[in-house]
Amino acid sequence: MSKEKFQSISAADFFYRNREIAGFDNPVRATYTIIRELVENALDACEQYSIPPEVRTKLIGEGGSIYKIRVEDNGIGVPYDQVPYAFGQILFGSKYTLRQSRGIFGLGGKMAVLYGQITAHSAVRVLSSTGGFEKYFYELSIDVQENKPIIRRKDVTPNPGRWRGTIIEFGFEGDYIRAKPKVVEYFRQTSIILPYANILFVDPDGVLYRFDKVTDEVPKPAETVKPHPYGVDLEILHRMINATRSSTMVDFLVNNFHRVGVATAINFLKEAKISQSANPRTLDSKELLRLVNKMKEYDGFQPPDAQCLSPIGEELLRKGIIREFRPEYVAVTQRGASAYAGYPFIVEAAVAYGGDIPVTPQDEILVFRFANKIPLLYDLHSDVTMKVIKKINWQRYRLDVSAMPLAFFVHICATKVPYKTVGKEYIADRPEVEYEIEWALKTCARDIRNHLAKKEKADIVQRRLSVFERYLPMIAQFSTDLAGNEKPPDYGKVLRRVQAHAKEVEQRSLVEAE
Amino acid sequence: MLRKSNREVLSKLSELGNEIYAEIERGEFPRIRIPSRTTSNIVFNEELEQFVLGEQRSLRSAANIKQIRSLTQLLWVASFAKRLVTEGKSSTLRDLYYHSLNYGIKFREQTESDDTVTDLETLLGEPREGFNIFPKERSAIFGDLEIEYTTPETHKGRRVNLGSNPDGVMVGLSVAQADFISCKADKVFVIEKNAVFRRFIEERVYDKFNAILIDTAGQAPRLARLLIRRLNLELGLPVYLLTDADPWGMHIAMVIIRGSANAAHLRELTTVKAKWVGLWATDIKRFSLPSFPLTKLDEERIRLLEEDMRYREFEWQSELQEFKKTKRRAELEAFSAHGLTAIVDKYLPKKLKMICES
Repeated sequence: MSKEKFQSISAADFFYRNREIAGFDNPVRATYTIIRELVENALDACEQYSIPPEVRTKLIGEGGSIYKIRVEDNGIGVPYDQVPYAFGQILFGSKYTLRQSRGIFGLGGKMAVLYGQITAHSAVRVLSSTGGFEKYFYELSIDVQENKPIIRRKDVTPNPGRWRGTIIEFGFEGDYIRAKPKVVEYFRQTSIILPYANILFVDPDGVLYRFDKVTDEVPKPAETVKPHPYGVDLEILHRMINATRSSTMVDFLVNNFHRVGVATAINFLKEAKISQSANPRTLDSKELLRLVNKMKEYDGFQPPDAQCLSPIGEELLRKGIIREFRPEYVAVTQRGASAYAGYPFIVEAAVAYGGDIPVTPQDEILVFRFANKIPLLYDLHSDVTMKVIKKINWQRYRLDVSAMPLAFFVHICATKVPYKTVGKEYIADRPEVEYEIEWALKTCARDIRNHLAKKEKADIVQRRLSVFERYLPMIAQFSTDLAGNEKPPDYGKVLRRVQAHAKEVEQRSLVEAE
Repeated sequence: MLRKSNREVLSKLSELGNEIYAEIERGEFPRIRIPSRTTSNIVFNEELEQFVLGEQRSLRSAANIKQIRSLTQLLWVASFAKRLVTEGKSSTLRDLYYHSLNYGIKFREQTESDDTVTDLETLLGEPREGFNIFPKERSAIFGDLEIEYTTPETHKGRRVNLGSNPDGVMVGLSVAQADFISCKADKVFVIEKNAVFRRFIEERVYDKFNAILIDTAGQAPRLARLLIRRLNLELGLPVYLLTDADPWGMHIAMVIIRGSANAAHLRELTTVKAKWVGLWATDIKRFSLPSFPLTKLDEERIRLLEEDMRYREFEWQSELQEFKKTKRRAELEAFSAHGLTAIVDKYLPKKLKMICES
């Protein structure tokens, strides 16, 4: 009888062994994931402090399959003493609270660093400053077994220009040639959803991809909120009780949960048959389980509110789409806040028509998906958006998805995006989310239909007008010939009647469209 | 009538132009009302004994996007017609279609420009020959008739005797518009086919019967019908029509007498007093002529003619009934079975007597 050997592993070790679930399964995918994770961290470092992002990315071929990545941002900077943990310890981060941000646990960036360390034996070099008198340089690597940063070099230098931001640089084994289409597409789509960001990318061939901002307006950053009772599980409840200083259940609920007031707390506790004055630390495991289950059932809680979300808004979404596609028309809509399982979310959607938007081949649809401002480039056909698009009867909106130059955009902002996988590539079909996407797209479709109907009417009017402009001079000339007159009659008066009529029709259609 | 109509046509055309011109100047949408040529508007006029157009009018208005194009086309054809008439030139339907291509008047195909010409005929109440648009000439005339040309300018005043050419003289505009100077004949034979026309010349029918011979070569062209009418009305000559004994030959005679439905918009082309002398259906038995069975198409045609207003008289109806009974048809050439001259020696005198006595 052999003995099973049990051993605990560190978080770093765990992710090292399971790197495929985080999007590092092969050099192509890893190249894309590394760029994405670093750029997203850089963008978060700016946006959460309302700084219009300036993010520069450079990928340099180091020979063979080894590349060096360097990402520079103008974000808030990492405080001096936290740099080693921020870049050298997995599951450390500023994001372990509930508000909309790209990453949740600050995991991806460190996975990238870890991947570089494994594949290219590269240490990570970080230069950062919060805009003070000094900037600091670190060279770090991760102790995989202990999940601890190892500081290899550290330098503090003066910062006379008061530069603020972070530069991160390390080597890794990748395959840019095959990753290139996705990488470039990633930058392009990021620029659509971030029309207020200057984004620059220099690829290993020296090609410069530059996306300049079209507006200085930055959306309101997301605020941090407490968890909503619907979204709490037993483990989280345990931790919250351990950390709380409240001595009664009412205080505990009011102080630690989102949108729970005293009255709500009292009513809820009655329902859960738990004493209002009980000390949360004294609850036994049965009571805790009852508490969690009741939290999910109780319908007296206020729905979560959306201040923890940072949608980009109809205007910015429109600007981003216009910059990229110069469409003939864009319909944009933002839905009100909704929630699934206690997590608030907002859906923003747009449908663009014409301009640089191509007519896609049969059974292909141009769909751009974003979640918390991240473009989603993989697994379109598993995504809830695709499901909704296939479900909607577009003929009702007189749209022919396969024959018209249409592009669909869906942005989901949530404190927790219901991804199906850790790789953050597609959204699960939660009924609440599905419903919001469906109505957002239908609203846009109606708008597009009205635009097309108006345009069609205007086209008819214009075509009519051109018929008159073509034939009236002829009629005038022939009547002159027949009458034997010297010069043709002035047909301007007749033509003006036609034009006046055309204008009237156009105005009528405008009123109808509204 | 065609002879006097050139000036009339011109004044009608300039009247049309003036109306349109004035409407445009007033800032109104120019418009024209044309008698409608739909079947429902073709009615039989008892007095004229021909089909004419009824009261319905169709509108061609520049205010209507669907009509402005055809209005423009009509006015172009009108101005083209004016040029033809003033410059003394002539044209054909095909030629007019090709001309239109020069003017950015897009006719989709020739049938459309042909229709527009018919529109102008309807509007002016003048056949297109009146504005110098002619079909291909194929009818001929032979006989002791002296005419003096009135057109074209080059031949004006020149005289010619229509008995001078043994092939017959082609009936074109110049012949149809010529003045009649002197005529020794006292009747007109109109023959459906050229072979019989030639036989009549060879057999000196013009001499024996003192007749003018006209070959229509099938359905009589308008100029031939016009000439027949003039011979009947201006010279008072009785007109006798000779066709095959089948529904088609019968109808050639009928169109000369009472006009066609296609030309219901035109008057003064018919010769109401012309007589159909044969071949009748009853002649087949009467003269023991070789005959052939009727085809399906023939029988259908007979059914149509039975319903036709122009055929309502007893003589015509009984001939139709005879066709239905015998189901046989015969051609003018059938007389050759009785000898080369049988048609002239036996048939014609007998039939003329029959007609004159009835």
